[in-house]
Amino acid sequence: MIALIDYGAGNLTSVRKGFAAAGANLFTPVEPSDLERARGIVVPGVGNFAATAALEGTWTSAIRGTVDRGVPLLGICLGLQWLFEGSDEAPGVTGLGVIAGRCSRLPQAGSLKVPHVGWNSLHMPRDSRLLHGVDESTQVYFTHSYAAPVTHEAAATCEHGAVFAAAVEANHVFGVQFHPEKSSDAGIRILRNFVAATRS
Amino acid sequence: MLSKRLIACLDVRNGCVVKGVNFEGLRMAGDPAELARRYNHEGIDEVVVLDVTATIEGRRAFEATIRAVSSELFIPLTVGGGIRSESDAAAAIDAGADKVGVNSAALTDPTVLTRLSARYGSQAVVVAIDAKRVNHRFQVFSRSGSTPTTRDAVEWAIEAESRGAGEVLLTSIDRDGTRAGFDCELTAAVSGAVSIPVIASGGAGTFEHFTAVFNEGRADAALAASVFHYSEHAVSDLKRHLLQQGVPVRC
Repeated sequence: MIALIDYGAGNLTSVRKGFAAAGANLFTPVEPSDLERARGIVVPGVGNFAATAALEGTWTSAIRGTVDRGVPLLGICLGLQWLFEGSDEAPGVTGLGVIAGRCSRLPQAGSLKVPHVGWNSLHMPRDSRLLHGVDESTQVYFTHSYAAPVTHEAAATCEHGAVFAAAVEANHVFGVQFHPEKSSDAGIRILRNFVAATRS
Repeated sequence: MLSKRLIACLDVRNGCVVKGVNFEGLRMAGDPAELARRYNHEGIDEVVVLDVTATIEGRRAFEATIRAVSSELFIPLTVGGGIRSESDAAAAIDAGADKVGVNSAALTDPTVLTRLSARYGSQAVVVAIDAKRVNHRFQVFSRSGSTPTTRDAVEWAIEAESRGAGEVLLTSIDRDGTRAGFDCELTAAVSGAVSIPVIASGGAGTFEHFTAVFNEGRADAALAASVFHYSEHAVSDLKRHLLQQGVPVRC
């Protein structure tokens, strides 16, 4: 069973529907101890990084403990940013910190608009389990104003005013800045890859 | 590079698409979920479902329709029509909408935009603006274009952004249904004044109209209904045309 963390930030209906199409049903843990039975964890999220403050404390330690047991984790959108140490959007809020670095606002360059909303292409500098079978330059759906830096964990990058991490992968910790549940066939493929990682 | 988006609009009344299938004078009702499936297959980037009578009749967008349409789609879905409060928005989002379009309610009480964006994030809040050329300005109308307001479209878009709207769905009342082309001047005026994306709507008739609204109108997305019904290949043919014209689109 894959746990979908509900901390009040965003629309879980679409995420559930996307995973159903990828062959997995999700459960919503009520208490941190419910993660003991999780074979995978999904941290979704839209909106302000401050919303992740709801995870600080017991949820963060339970998620960290579960990941330490080898259980795969997927952060979506704000969930990817939360894998880093923090974000300029909410300087007082601490992320999970499994990837070094901080998220910052995309620059308002020329006529480019921020938020970055719409379909943009992925550049994949290396092979990854999460993006297996997804072609270079595939377009996926983004909607965000803040973004994570490109570190050696980056499995895909994207450019909008600046180059940022579109997907990260560090062992069994994964994250996507875009919305796979809204990215048509490529998105479902990515969710299926994560589901496969929870079953290996 | 960020693609320009093509958005198919389904105007729904009592669970049926009432506008859009309007080829050579024929007027037919279609099943929203069936059309959504077809558009998704053809490569549309987003779908908007508007309950065209919801505000007038004071009721919520038909939730069963939203549920049926969203079950077909793994692309963004916006729902508009009769979204007056957080609970209206919650009903639409729970039924599968990713974004809600707010029009008349935001004009009556702009703080609804702030409350919705605080709860769902600004990416889920689309301010829908219906504008008409009156005395050399773009005047905003409410209640499906039936009621004039004192607001100017550019000023209202700026205020709506500051209050939490994440996108503008801008409809030209003058062009709506005419197939005479988008109002590029209106679109460029609003797009240049805000930093959030602007979706141009009203007047799409030919592929050239889309090129014009993306280039001259500086639109981030273009919405249409009937033009996508012309043929089974309208979406892919239009995308090929736009690529040839140097407009970046998803293919």
